[in-house]
Amino acid sequence: MDAQAAKLIGAGLAAIGAGMAAIGVGNVFGSFLESALRNPGAADGQQGRLFIGFAAAELLGLLSFVVAMILIFVAK
Amino acid sequence: MAAEQGNVDPMHQFTIEPLFGTDHWAIAGHNIAFTNSALWMLISTVALWVFVAGGMKRELVPGRWQMAVESMTGFIDSLLAANVGPNGKKYVPYIFSLFMFILFANILGLLPLGLVGVHPFTFTSHFTVTGVLAILSFSIVLIVGLAKHKLHFFSLFVPHGTPVWLLWLIPIIELISFLVRPFSLALRLFVAMMAGHVLLEVLSSFVITSANSGVLWGTVVGLPSFILMIAICALEILVAGIQAYVFALLTSLYLNDAENLH
Repeated sequence: MDAQAAKLIGAGLAAIGAGMAAIGVGNVFGSFLESALRNPGAADGQQGRLFIGFAAAELLGLLSFVVAMILIFVAK
Repeated sequence: MAAEQGNVDPMHQFTIEPLFGTDHWAIAGHNIAFTNSALWMLISTVALWVFVAGGMKRELVPGRWQMAVESMTGFIDSLLAANVGPNGKKYVPYIFSLFMFILFANILGLLPLGLVGVHPFTFTSHFTVTGVLAILSFSIVLIVGLAKHKLHFFSLFVPHGTPVWLLWLIPIIELISFLVRPFSLALRLFVAMMAGHVLLEVLSSFVITSANSGVLWGTVVGLPSFILMIAICALEILVAGIQAYVFALLTSLYLNDAENLH
C-alpha cells in the first residue's frame, strides 16, 4: 500500500477513538443526571467529580484527534 | 495541503505571524518578534485587567460590575474551599488569574471579528502556551509539596492501604501518572480548542464550496452545514467555559495533593 494512503486510513481509524470518547462522555453525564434526579439534594456537591470524570473521558478522545493530526500533518 | 487546490485550509488559522520585529530579533537563537499570538495574549490580559479593575470599587452595596467580578472570585474561592480545604485560600489569586486568562483567551478567540476584517487568534490552541501554563501549575505543586512536606512528599506515590506485595508496582504507576499530569493538562486545553476551530473551518469550507457550485448544492449541503456551524459555535462557547473550568479544577486537585498529601 502507498504510504500516503496508509496514513490517511490510519487517521480515519483514529477517529473511531473520538466516537468511543463520545460514548464515555455521554456515560458520565447520563449517569450523573440519572442519579441527580434520584437525589437532587446531593447533586450540587458532586459537580466537581462530574467534571473530573468528564475531563478524564474527554482527554482520551482528544488523544485520538492528536493521533489523527500527527498522522496527517507530521508523519513523513 | 488543501490550500494548493484553492480550498479553505483549516490549519492556516493557527499560523503564527510576526506583526513587527523580524527574524533578526533574537535572544540566544530564539526569535522574539511580536507575533499575533503575543498580541492576543496582550489583548486578553488588558481585557481581564479592565474587567477586574471595574469591580475593585469595594462598595458596600455592589453594582452590577462589582457583582460580576465578585461572583467569579467567589466561584474560584468555593472551588478551592471544596477541593483543597482551608489551606487553599492562598491559591485563590493564582487559580483566579489562570481561570480568567484561559476563559478570556478562549472566548476572545471565538469572537466573530472576522466580519470586520480582524482575525482573532486563539493562542490557547497552541501547545507552547498551554504547556507553559501547565508547567507553571506543575512547578507550584512540586515547590509547595517539597517545601511543606520535605521528603515526606514522596509518600504521595504510596497511597494508604497499599498491600505490601504490591509495593514494587504501585509507586511506579503513581509516579507515571504524576509525571503525565502537566502533559494531559496542557494537551486537553490545546486540543479541545484546536479541534473546535478546525471543525468550524471545515464546515465553513463546505458552505463556501457548495455555494460556489450552484443553488442546488448550496441548499442541499451548504444550508445544513451553515445551521450546524451556528450550533457548533454555541457548543464552542460552552467548551471554552468548560475547558477553563477543568484546567482550574485539575490544578486545584493537584494543589490538594501537594498541600494535604493523600
